Amino acid sequence: MSSETGFDPELYKRFPTQEKRPEGELKQLEDVWCGPRRPWEWITAINNNFIGVYYVGAAMLFFVLAGVLALLMRTQLALPLNGFLPQETYNQIFTMHGTVMMFLFAVPAVEALGVLLLPQMLGARDLPFPRLSAYAFWAYLVGGLAFFCSLFFGLAPNGGWFMYPPLTSMTYSPGINADFWLLGIGFIEISAIAGAIEIIVGVLKTRAPGMSLDKLPIFAWAMLIFACMIIIAFPSVILSTLLLELERALDWPFFDAARGGDPVLWQHLFWFFGHPEVYIIFLPAAGAMSTIIPVVARTRLVGHRMVVMAMLATGFISFGVWAHHMFTIGMPRLSINYFSAASMAVSVPAGVQVFAWIATLAAGRMRFNTPGLFAVGGLVIFVMGGLTGVMVAMVPFDWQAHDSYFIVAHLHYVLIGGMVFPLFAAIYYWLPMSSARPLSERWGRWIFWLMFAGHNITFLPMHLTGLMGMPRRVYTYLPGRGWDLLNVISTVGAFMFGLAVLLWIVDMMRNFRLFGAREAGNIYDGPGLEWLPNGLYSLRSIPVIKSLYPVWDQPDLARDVAAGRYFLPGAPRGERETIVTSPLNAEPQYLQRMPRPSSWHVWGAIFTAGFFLILTVQAYAASVISGLLAIYCIVKWCWNMDRPMAQASVDIGGGVRVPTYRSGPSSHGWWAMVITLIVGGMVCLLAGFAYVFLWSRRPDLWIAPPDMSGLIQGVGLLAVAGLCAWGGPAALKLDRPRSGVIAAVLLFVGAAALVAASATDFTTWMGAGLDPQASGQGATVFALMSWQALFVGIGAIMGVFAVARWLFGLASAAQPATFELIGLFLAFTAGQGAFVLLLTRLFPGAEMRSWLMMTGGLLVWAAHFLGVYLISSLGDVAATADAPAWRGAALVFSGACLVAEGAVLWLLARRARVTDDEGLAPFTIGVGLTGALAGLIGVVWQTAPILMAG
Amino acid sequence: MTTETAPGLSGWPPPVLDPAGPFAGPIQVVAWVLFVMAAVVLAIVLLALGVALFGPRKWKRRVGGERLVWIGGLAFPVVVLSGLLIYGLATGARVAAEPKPGEMRVRVTGEMWWWRVAYLDADGREVVQDANEVHIPTGQTVVFELESADVIHSFWVPRLGGKVDMIPGRRNFLRLQADAPGTYGGQCAEYCGGPHALMGLVVVAHDPRAYAAWRARQAQAATAVVSAQAPLALIDQGRAVFAASGCGACHTIRGTEANGLAGPDLTHVGSRQTLGAGILPNNQGTMAGWISDSQGIKPGNRMPSYPVLTGQDLRAVAAYLESLK
Repeated sequence: MSSETGFDPELYKRFPTQEKRPEGELKQLEDVWCGPRRPWEWITAINNNFIGVYYVGAAMLFFVLAGVLALLMRTQLALPLNGFLPQETYNQIFTMHGTVMMFLFAVPAVEALGVLLLPQMLGARDLPFPRLSAYAFWAYLVGGLAFFCSLFFGLAPNGGWFMYPPLTSMTYSPGINADFWLLGIGFIEISAIAGAIEIIVGVLKTRAPGMSLDKLPIFAWAMLIFACMIIIAFPSVILSTLLLELERALDWPFFDAARGGDPVLWQHLFWFFGHPEVYIIFLPAAGAMSTIIPVVARTRLVGHRMVVMAMLATGFISFGVWAHHMFTIGMPRLSINYFSAASMAVSVPAGVQVFAWIATLAAGRMRFNTPGLFAVGGLVIFVMGGLTGVMVAMVPFDWQAHDSYFIVAHLHYVLIGGMVFPLFAAIYYWLPMSSARPLSERWGRWIFWLMFAGHNITFLPMHLTGLMGMPRRVYTYLPGRGWDLLNVISTVGAFMFGLAVLLWIVDMMRNFRLFGAREAGNIYDGPGLEWLPNGLYSLRSIPVIKSLYPVWDQPDLARDVAAGRYFLPGAPRGERETIVTSPLNAEPQYLQRMPRPSSWHVWGAIFTAGFFLILTVQAYAASVISGLLAIYCIVKWCWNMDRPMAQASVDIGGGVRVPTYRSGPSSHGWWAMVITLIVGGMVCLLAGFAYVFLWSRRPDLWIAPPDMSGLIQGVGLLAVAGLCAWGGPAALKLDRPRSGVIAAVLLFVGAAALVAASATDFTTWMGAGLDPQASGQGATVFALMSWQALFVGIGAIMGVFAVARWLFGLASAAQPATFELIGLFLAFTAGQGAFVLLLTRLFPGAEMRSWLMMTGGLLVWAAHFLGVYLISSLGDVAATADAPAWRGAALVFSGACLVAEGAVLWLLARRARVTDDEGLAPFTIGVGLTGALAGLIGVVWQTAPILMAG
Repeated sequence: MTTETAPGLSGWPPPVLDPAGPFAGPIQVVAWVLFVMAAVVLAIVLLALGVALFGPRKWKRRVGGERLVWIGGLAFPVVVLSGLLIYGLATGARVAAEPKPGEMRVRVTGEMWWWRVAYLDADGREVVQDANEVHIPTGQTVVFELESADVIHSFWVPRLGGKVDMIPGRRNFLRLQADAPGTYGGQCAEYCGGPHALMGLVVVAHDPRAYAAWRARQAQAATAVVSAQAPLALIDQGRAVFAASGCGACHTIRGTEANGLAGPDLTHVGSRQTLGAGILPNNQGTMAGWISDSQGIKPGNRMPSYPVLTGQDLRAVAAYLESLK
């Protein structure tokens, strides 16, 4: 096995160690990781054992609340023209049912499961950013509860969970109901993204040594893909909520057809999030199924690699299916065909997983315990939902079924079979890990059968109700349509489902005993690390992983782990800490110091929630104060990070020494920053899509961009910012006497240049007479500039932060991480600013073509440069830069670039022969040809070393 | 509210599976193909699951390997789905072809919470206005131009074809055809706020001759038809009440001073089958009920209730409107 980081795998052979552990080591570990002792410490706790349980608990609370709403709806629909709920109340309730189930239950529930389980499964002491997950949890809880309470004041949103404008625009929803949705959800998304960052870095960087990707538990795979999907999909809903809120508050017409907006833009943005969302919910649940089914069948998962591939494929394909929610909007045939094909394709990986589960059950012998029943029941229900999914992917059938009760049936089969049943299986299976007593098996069987029957009695008839013409989202229906009986049946089934959940709650109250003296433990005989004896510090010592099913394959593991015979048997520095490992092979890289409980993130969460909620009720001054307090709390929280280390390296057991500090791509902070920037970049990219989309609708309303001087000025300032962002950390690393001050000043200047660039952009557009309320162009350009301004604002705070660190003597080459991350952020912001500037000023103007002609060749050259750099650094991350695969990739890419250069040359040459239409043309073509030639030579020049490397 | 039911969607047989024209027929076939496919696949999965859980050891060994995943999870779905996809796309192309020149055109505009209907001539000009029901000749393809005046609605008459959304700023097309005379119920299928649930319509198909007669009558100005239920004196009183109550601010009755545009055109309201956009049968009793308590019958709709009218006035105005055949 080649090493990824230079770590010698031979060292693993030292474990389990044989010498006796020192006296008091365990005591120290327990003290360092001790739980709350005083009442308020239950709130400031950040350990995943607490936050994870709170998180799952809160998600289940919202499940129950939204379930009660469902029962209210079913009561209303039991009879035609029933007067149980007034129309407006019903409309609010169905909107809240969908919204709460999707945003406050489903996503948080699976994320919570990850927070609770992943550290234990991966053999980490905690997730890499415990305060961040605590922040995400508190923001979600406070915001979610306040959002839900809007129902009691009749202020809940009433536009349906997908909030289509113009029904939700100011004209047709003048109340603040829709704002509750937009701001409430908008910020719960932030909490979801925070959790996703945590999970990605956690899975990639904090695994037990030796747990290479082929030994990564399937649930962790699912959570990794889930989190990556959140990073790509959620920016879309963040952007759409931002745009709609801007339209409502400031009258910027993104979705107003009369002024060049388009309601369909919302649908594209919403479903680009909304469909992956379904798989975002499904994948972690599927990961739980793939974990639980082998255990109840007492065998290994059949087709483990295929299941991993299937989950990856689901992740990719799910981003190509969003428009199947829009088959009835009058799309071009080509799009319809494409999305129909993709929607069918996405069911293939689901089929792979289903058959892998069946094969696993056949390979072993099923134990019909409660987790097993829920897993098999979920499988059956999910298959039925998948089949109706194939039906509605058939476009002609969808034209009939769309927005009817057939869809209500379909989506509940998919979500309940694909997520709720697996979640209950997971709760029954993993609860003994946190509770002193397991849940009752006898009750569990009753609950399962009631729930299974209740589900089918509720939703099976709805397929027919839909084919009989009943549209979804109706608060009542007329008698004599033949829908009465089916609706009564559905209502009866819903109450059976409700009874099952009630029984589960009662059983939870009877048996759930959190953090007793002893947990019930591994009653189902699971194979994962989470079943080793553990405490709040997770495992006593972190084992070397040699298989996918370590507890099954290494009978002595529990004893050796508990005796401290593996990595990190104590807390060598008297701090909370965990081993950070490499992403592919999980080789130990360094020891991360983890934070202790504090209250700043809790206050930060409360004030963040306060900012959004108070903004909703339009108390602007109070809202701004709350926002400033939130920023203060977060800065305060960050202030204590990245402090000097007493020791440069420590022994983490068996005489293996690792450093205590890292910066750059191997550090956990770098990964988190890069992922955050991807989120920001996605939002900006999608806003760019909105810009081009609205241009295609009403180009007649668009005005010419300001003259070129503004563009050149802006690009110049951004270039300065980029240089400073690169120069700051570089200066610090030189480690000269004045490095600290130079670095801090460079970062500050970089931030200032960003502010100046934004100001230039804004003033020149104002000067050109662009009015954000007048057209789709005004609205989207101002939206893009606002998004950039948000980043510039954060960058400015960071610039000041850098100077403050220098003032307090914290700018030293020994801790470059903070400066490096600030530099990364500023550099990204400069790049994003350049994207905004170039897009809005060059597209769709006539200059666009000239510019492209002049710079096309050089752009390809630049792309080649960047691409090869990226490929070789990926190779570096994998420490296999000399491997033929990476070289091959670089060569293929170089070939593509050569072809592109050739194409540019050919196009220009062809144009040079025919052109005499524009006065400028000979000039631009001349410049372009020169550039393309230079580019061609450049690409050849850079390809040569790659060839020679072989 | 009355327990009488307006003509409209009828649940049995399920309209999606009971097509009445060439644009719904192929979809019914698709639906049955899909049901059979789903039943067969479900049976296969349940069989495999049954074997996996309860089967004899020899059978289980056959099922319990990666081969099942390759065959059942990958190869089988790819084959089935490829076939379905081609079939689906071909059917889609057939039932949703572009409108052809020369086809009859009707513009239906979705409004909160009713349908404005306009019959267009060959040049696309509106020649006849109507509301909440569309009359078409049988055996002839009719192009529906679908627009919206406010929010997104969706036009769905399941026995005649699939649904198409009505989106502000866009014009969508839907081609439908009825093979036999009759009344076909429809419903708004996209949630459009408030009383979306109560936004129905009917499409009435006549044989071509009867259709021509209907259209000729519809093009004329309002004429009150005197009958036993609507004697002349009552009609005259109703006309006066209608004018005095300001109904003409929102409604048009061609040939009178009433020329409002906000609400449905009432020139031939007495000839319609339903009231309140497909929710009440149309007669003097329901008309009087609708006028006095439209907010009770269809909460949130744009027509205010007129509880101030006396019983006699109500009867008169209902008789007048019902006489507009």
